[in-house]
Amino acid sequence: MIVAAIGPGTGMIVVMALIVLALVVYLLLVIVELKRITDGLDRAIAGVGEIIQKSAPVNEVVEDINGNLDAGVDLLEGLLVKKAGLIDSVGLVEGLYPGAGAAGLRNFPQSTEIEAPRIAEVYTKGTLTLARLGREAPIAMANPAGPVLRNVESGSLAARQLYSSVRHQNPEKLPRSPVIGTDSPVSYEQRDDIGQPRKRLPARPATP
Amino acid sequence: MTLWWIADALLLVVVLPVVVYLLHGVLRAARAITLSVNRIVGAAAAGSKDLDATALLLTTRDQVAQTVAVVANYGGSLDIIVDDAEEAGS
Repeated sequence: MIVAAIGPGTGMIVVMALIVLALVVYLLLVIVELKRITDGLDRAIAGVGEIIQKSAPVNEVVEDINGNLDAGVDLLEGLLVKKAGLIDSVGLVEGLYPGAGAAGLRNFPQSTEIEAPRIAEVYTKGTLTLARLGREAPIAMANPAGPVLRNVESGSLAARQLYSSVRHQNPEKLPRSPVIGTDSPVSYEQRDDIGQPRKRLPARPATP
Repeated sequence: MTLWWIADALLLVVVLPVVVYLLHGVLRAARAITLSVNRIVGAAAAGSKDLDATALLLTTRDQVAQTVAVVANYGGSLDIIVDDAEEAGS
């Protein structure tokens, strides 16, 4: 009865009013969410700005550090090759860092073609140079995974033992040289029968 | 008259639910964006905090320069002390 009383036009208006009400409610909720999004983006932009500000000098500083390190590597590689030779240098690198010899030296491209000598097992001029430098390097390793055979506490002694003993210090006390001549000591007891007539044995009795 | 009532019924049964459904979808998407933005804010703050140590790179740069200078001096001394490979081999 009530519906019939208000008529179809009024019903249309009521339905349209419901639609508009739904639109208003949801749009208000969307507006609130968009406001939250805007606030969040503002905070995010502030954080990103801090990141940009803090990371701005990184490139310059890192490039400077890399430049210094490159200079150090060039210096050490050049010194090593100059003092030990290219082949022994590759062998030294391989001995100290197994597998690194294949990569070669950075400033010496031809070093990648060198078959690294097994300096870790056989002493060569490069090892001697390294030992002479007094480095606490794990040279003379029997196995790269094993313990270091070189006594690092007596590194200088180990280095000296690599050379021939010019001063004849090993063993420390050699036996004295024999003294010959008129004043030579009597080293053994002199026998009395030397130079004397030979002793005659008693005659054997005659057999019947 | 009947057509008016049919139109009212269509508006009430079809159009209004469709409008509500679409608006609800928009609201759901907006709320999802809010969650994503909150995560971005957390990540940006954490990234900014992680970069606090970049100031120490200046100290690292100075120390690297000093170390390389010491190595250069040491290498120069070794260059004088130790014979060259060619000289030793000759």
